[in-house]
Parts: sequence; C-alpha cells; structure tokens
Amino acid sequence: MKKLLLAIALLVPSLLSNVALAAGSSVPLDKADYDLTDKASLQNGARIFMNYCLGCHQQQYQRYSRTFEDLGIPADLGQEYLQFTGEKVTDYITTPMPQDAAATWFGAPPPDLTLVARVRGADWLYTYLRTFYVDDSKTFGVNNLVFPNVGMPHVLQELQGTPRIAYEDALIDGEMVPQYVGIKSDGNGELSPDEYDKAILDLVNYLEYTGEPSRLSSEKIGKGVLVFILIFFVFAYLLKKDYWRDVKK
Amino acid sequence: MSNVSNDANESATNEQPQSTNRRKFLTVATSVIGGIGAAGAAVPFVASWNPSAKAKAAGADVEVDISGIAPGQLIRVMWRSKPVWIVRRTPELLASLEGVEGDLRDPNSENEQQPAYAKNRYRSIKEEYLVLVGICTHLGCSPQHLTDGAFSEYAEGVPEGFFCPCHGSKFDMAGRVFKAVPAPLNLVVPPHQFLSDTTVLIGSDA
Amino acid sequence: MNGLLNWIEQRIPMMRVANMHAIQYPAPVNMNFWYVFGFLATIVLVNQIVTGIWLTMNFEPSAERAFASVEYIMREVDYGWLIRYMHSTGASAFFIVVYMHMFRGMIYGSYQKPRELLWVFGMLIYLALMAEAFMGYVLPWGQMSYWGAQVIVSLFSAIPVIGPDLVIWIQGDYVISGATLNRFFALHVIALPLVIVILVFLHIIALHEVGSNNPDGIAIKHKKGSLAEEDKTPYEIHEYYTSKYDIANDVVPFFPHIVLKDLVAFSIFLAGFAYVLFFAPEMGGKFLEHPNFEIANPLKTPEHIFPVWYFTPFYAILKAVPDKLFGVLAMFGAIAALFAMPWLDRGTVRSWRYRCGLHKWNLIVFAIVFIFLGYLGGTPQENWKIIASQIATVMYFGFFGLLWIYSKNEKTKPVPERITK
Repeated sequence: MKKLLLAIALLVPSLLSNVALAAGSSVPLDKADYDLTDKASLQNGARIFMNYCLGCHQQQYQRYSRTFEDLGIPADLGQEYLQFTGEKVTDYITTPMPQDAAATWFGAPPPDLTLVARVRGADWLYTYLRTFYVDDSKTFGVNNLVFPNVGMPHVLQELQGTPRIAYEDALIDGEMVPQYVGIKSDGNGELSPDEYDKAILDLVNYLEYTGEPSRLSSEKIGKGVLVFILIFFVFAYLLKKDYWRDVKK
Repeated sequence: MSNVSNDANESATNEQPQSTNRRKFLTVATSVIGGIGAAGAAVPFVASWNPSAKAKAAGADVEVDISGIAPGQLIRVMWRSKPVWIVRRTPELLASLEGVEGDLRDPNSENEQQPAYAKNRYRSIKEEYLVLVGICTHLGCSPQHLTDGAFSEYAEGVPEGFFCPCHGSKFDMAGRVFKAVPAPLNLVVPPHQFLSDTTVLIGSDA
Repeated sequence: MNGLLNWIEQRIPMMRVANMHAIQYPAPVNMNFWYVFGFLATIVLVNQIVTGIWLTMNFEPSAERAFASVEYIMREVDYGWLIRYMHSTGASAFFIVVYMHMFRGMIYGSYQKPRELLWVFGMLIYLALMAEAFMGYVLPWGQMSYWGAQVIVSLFSAIPVIGPDLVIWIQGDYVISGATLNRFFALHVIALPLVIVILVFLHIIALHEVGSNNPDGIAIKHKKGSLAEEDKTPYEIHEYYTSKYDIANDVVPFFPHIVLKDLVAFSIFLAGFAYVLFFAPEMGGKFLEHPNFEIANPLKTPEHIFPVWYFTPFYAILKAVPDKLFGVLAMFGAIAALFAMPWLDRGTVRSWRYRCGLHKWNLIVFAIVFIFLGYLGGTPQENWKIIASQIATVMYFGFFGLLWIYSKNEKTKPVPERITK
C-alpha cells in the first residue's frame, strides 16, 4: 500500500507537467531564463516598459513607488527618469491613453499588463516579443508567430530593426529548397540580435516581477518556515514515539 | 500480534526516571516550539491590520499653494483623510493672542501637541500662517471657525476662535484650548515646512 | 484555580465533554496512515475560516472592484499575499485530504452498518464543500471565475421546463453578473461555512456514537460482560463508553496517543502545504489557473475552460455523455452513487483485508479511474479522450454495479476476533 501511494505521489507531478506542456502554444516557445534577483535586469526591463509599453498598456494594480522600492531605484531618480506624465510617485502605473478610444483604434482595449506574465507565462512573452515579422497584409504591417493576427504594432522595431521571416536554401533530395530558419532583423535597429534578446529578457523579468511582487519575499519566508516545520516534526515525532513505546503492536 | 501489552500499566507507573525526564523534556520542547509556531502564524494576521500601501499613499505629504489665501482667511486641505486648516492671520489677530492667555489651559504649549519649531505663542513657523489639524482633542469632532465677533458669544471679549459644536470646547486663534471645556489639550499642529514663500508641505519636517 | 474550574464545570460540562470526545475517547490502536485525514480536514477547515475572515476585510464583492481588490490584497495589504495563498492553497488541500479520507472509508468499509449516517453526513459535507469551493472560485472575478460559473450554472438549464428560468433566477440577471457575484459572496462567506461547520459537528457526534472503524474493520467495543478483565483496555476510557460496553485491550486514548500521531502527520502535511504556498502557489496552473489572472471579460471566452482540478472527474463524466440532460444526470449520478455506498455494498465484512480479491481490485481500479477522469476533465479536448472518458465513465459506474453484485454472496476471508496489529 505504501508503495502504491509513493507511486501516486511520484506520478501526479509528472501528470501536471505534461498538462503544462499540452496547454502551450503550437509554436515551440523559447525558454525565458529570467532572474528576479537581478536588479539591473529588472531596472532595464522597467525602463523599456515605461518607454515603449506604457504608451498603451497600463499596470493599474501596481504603484510606481512599490516598483521603485522593490527594484532598488531611489524614488526621486525613478520619478525623474521613469515617470513621464507627472503623476505622483505613489500613483498606480496607468497610461494617459484613453482606454475607450484605444478600444476603437485597436479593436479591443490594450490589456493591462500587471499580471500578463501570470496569464501567458514568461516563455510565451519572451517568444512573442521576439517573433514579430513584416507582413504588409496586416493593419500594422506586422504579424506574429506566437499570436497570429495580433492587433498590435511592433513597438520595439526601433530596437530590433525590421524583422523578416528568413529562409535559407538547403539541399533536399538533390534540390535547393528554401527552408524557414527563423526571424532575422535587417540590422537597422539600435540593438544587435543578442542585445535585443537580452533586452526582451529584461522586460520579461520585469513583467514577471509585477505579476507577483511578493515572489522573492515569499520564497525567503518559505525557507524559514520549512526549516521550522522540520524542527517541529522531529520533536513531535520523538514525543509520539515516546508515548507509543508503551503500546506494543 | 497483540494490542496493548498487559504490562503497559506497569511500565507506565514504574518508568525509569530517565525516560520520565525524556518525556518531560520532549513535551516541553514540542509545546514551546508549537507555541512559537502559533505565534509566528499569527504575525501575518496581525500585520495585515496595519495601514496598507493604499492608506499610506493617501496619507502621504500634501503640498499646498498658499499664495491665494487672503488675510484672515482659512482654507481646508485633506491630509491622511483629516481636515487640516491653514489660516493666514492678520497682524491685529496676532497681537490679540497674548491677551487671552489668562483664560487658557496651556498657553505656553507645554504639552507636545506641536513640533518643537511651533512651540511658541503663535504655534507656527511663520507667525502669519497657522497650520492645524482641525480635529478637537476631546472626542474627534471638527470645530467651527467663528469670526467677526461670533466667537465672543462663547468667550467674552474674544472676537475670533474655534468652537467645537459637539461638546462646546473652545480654542483661540493659535489652536490653544480654553479653561473649563471638555477638551484637555491644544489642537495638534502637524509636521510641516515651507518649501517656498508660497508653498507649504504638510506631513514632514524640514 | 480548581475552585473556578469546578464552578464552571457545574454550570457547563466543558471537562466532561472534552474527556468524552477528545481525551478519553477510545481509538483503535491499529489506526494507520489513512486515519489522519479527518484531523487534517479539520485543520484545513479552521485555516479556511480564519484566512477567509481576514480576506473579507479587504475583498470588495462587486463586478467592478472584485478583481482589483484581490490584487490590492496581493500587493498592498501587509502579508495579504500570504493570507490569500493560504486560502487558495487551502481550498485544494481540503479536497486532497477529503478525497483521501473518503477513500479510506471505502477500503475499510467505514460506511457499512452501523456507520451509514456517518457516511451520509460526510457526503453532505463533501457536497457543501463543492458548492463552497465553486462559489469561492467565482469571487476573484477572473476569466475562469466568470466562464466557470457560466458553465456550471448553465448545467441547471438542462432541467426540463423550468431550466432556463432557473438559470436566470440563480444568476439574478440574464448573464453571470455583479448580482451573481454578490449572492455567491454571501453564500460563500456566511451560509455555506455555517452549514459545513454544523455538518462537521454532526459528523463527529455520529462518529463518537458508533465509534471509529479501523483497518481490520472489527469492533473494539464488545457486549458488556463478554470480555475477561485482562482483555479490557488498561487505559482510562470515559465511562460514557465503558458503562455501555466492554472496551477491548485494542484501544488507546485519543489524548495523548492519537493527538500526537495526528500532530506528526500534521507537521508532514504542513511541510507540503507550506512548500506549495511559498514556492508554487499556482501549482502549475492547477490550484490557481492562468486565465484567472485576467479580469472577467463577458465578450471573450478563454481558449480552454476547465473547472479547478477537484471537480474535473465529474466534469469529464459530464462531457463524456453526448446529451445535455443525460450528461448532467450522469454527473449528479456519480455523486449520488457515492451517497448510496452503504446500501450498494451488501457485504458484512468491512475491511478490504478480509474481502474477496475482486473487491480489492475493484477499489484500486476505481481510484485509478477517478484520477484518470480528473486528468481527462482538466485537459483540452482531443478525439481519443472522448472515447477514453466514455470508457472511464462506464468503469466509474461499473465499480458500484460490480460491488452490488459480488457483495451479495461474497467469499470472504476469516475475520479476526481482535485487532491484529
């Protein structure tokens, strides 16, 4: 019976992880190797967010002040370099763009991004922001591999450069056939491909942070709690043993 | 294969002293650790009653433009959801403050109802501008500002002051409490500072 | 001090009740691992009530503010995230321990005579718990809250004639709306917890009246005068029990023996609970589903809608039947069959230790089928899953049918007179 239970205990997590895979997108997602303890990365992510995303998307559940505090940005510097519309530092991170008008421009109001990392997952965001490509048939001139027909322009194009679907001829069965090899920038952006990937990773890191600002303190407290429970377990177990010694089985 | 041993009782009574000690020690240790755990578990529940980030943001310092206040005028601003009065006092009013001191409970502001820099006759940084939390020190009503002789109905010969309608407490134009009223203390002067000649910041000292 | 205690005792029998039900209650000595889940369920219930009370202090039950107020708790209230995760993790933990507790009852025949009502009260708790959990899941007002509520409430539209009107009445609107949220909030925080606490009380009273079962499925209470003095328990057992029965030398007092055992189990459980709580509160999207971090949007259904994991076995049964009304009937039938366990099982031997081999296999297969149905109900629909869920549904009901058949003239092993280990 104990073996059976052990088998179930081992089986259940593997079932869960299969589920996580199955629920993913049809395009294979790149792994976003983000690090919530990397303050420099988070700060850069915040900078990119405030400069490129906040024009349309809000983070209406998160305050500037909390963000600055958690990211190690002094409030006055944050206010000077990361707040552009004259809000107070204690205000929520909201966009000046009227949401109703935006809904008519884009077909739907741009979603709030406070929790987007918890809705989509870091890998999805990381891949999504790196798979825009030129498609002149679309309203905004771009399409996306992860989110086909997305109603959003490629805001980071000035960083990445013009992204195009790249083909390379490959020899297959004695014939040269164009093969899809990924998305390549024309090289007219401010960042190199590696730098762009790093910038997106920083942005994803930042979004992961805003999704759950308590994550780091949670894990810190959690470790202490687990150690405490272990100590309690040892004493409770010894005490139980002591009382049950009298009871012959 | 059986049950409770028949000598369970005997072993319970004739226990080795050593094992009794062990049991005692384990019982105490487990109880103490369990107690610490319970106390620790209570921490988040107690802490969650503290002012939230929202309350703290709402209680942040308030910057007030005082350039538009006419002499003799009182304006009200909100600070930490409380009314704060800013009164621009006329020279005549300032001169009259000394005259009522005989009727006051604490004319020299001995009780710490104000920051040190406001511990003077005028209870202010600049004599002209009085900054007060507009809440009666009795039971928390907000007193009325009575001017043009309306106050003399309550305090003979004093034309202007603050009168609390709830229980009749009276304060002069420096927020000092009169004798023989329910309020025990002068009105509170909040921490404040002048950022310039025309702006005052309520909530923090210079 | 003693004087005060006596003064109180003469007016309200606190010590007597404590002795009777918590200290000198005779518990079978062989109660194993499976017997800790009742205690754990009680602990989780307390956790849910306390954290729930604290959550209501900041939650705002309105369609406009519910989602934002949950995020407010998560971000702006000191330790709000911890209290919220304790509640959300507790919900799943509740079902884990309750499912284990129920399966324990099944393998050791704890539903059989004379414990039929004990089992029925337990099933009522389970039913109330499902309603409680469902309504609680609606409150954060995320996408899964909204569309989950939409699907579950729509089940009632399958009822002939009155169905559609009933749905509108439950919703208080033509769709799931703020009105629905408000009434679910009232039921979730006041009505159902009250019902659950009362049912738990009755469950325990019924348990202590008939006595705890054990892995051998045999009685520890014997007819008065039937046991020799040396066969009686040496422990001090409350006279409420000893005056009616001879209590065999097969028991330990609830305190300290069982309490200590439960305490050890509790600390192990707590470690797992804390691990999920602090390191993986979403549990890979199973305890907190990803779409529920997006505010409810009546215009956009999430790609896949699943109920939370603890409902998915029944959801799979619902989906397996290609007819709306019969699907709903099958789903409720699956729960009703559990209610009927004491009468479907016509055997007289309780524990699977002494029952036929078929019974053992029937139970194991049932558990696997139940988990498999949960998997099917909680993952996106695929073609093979339709057939699979239909087969699994038949097997689910097959368990009860088989039990009813073979339990009539079952070939059982000899049952010991006294507890074996």
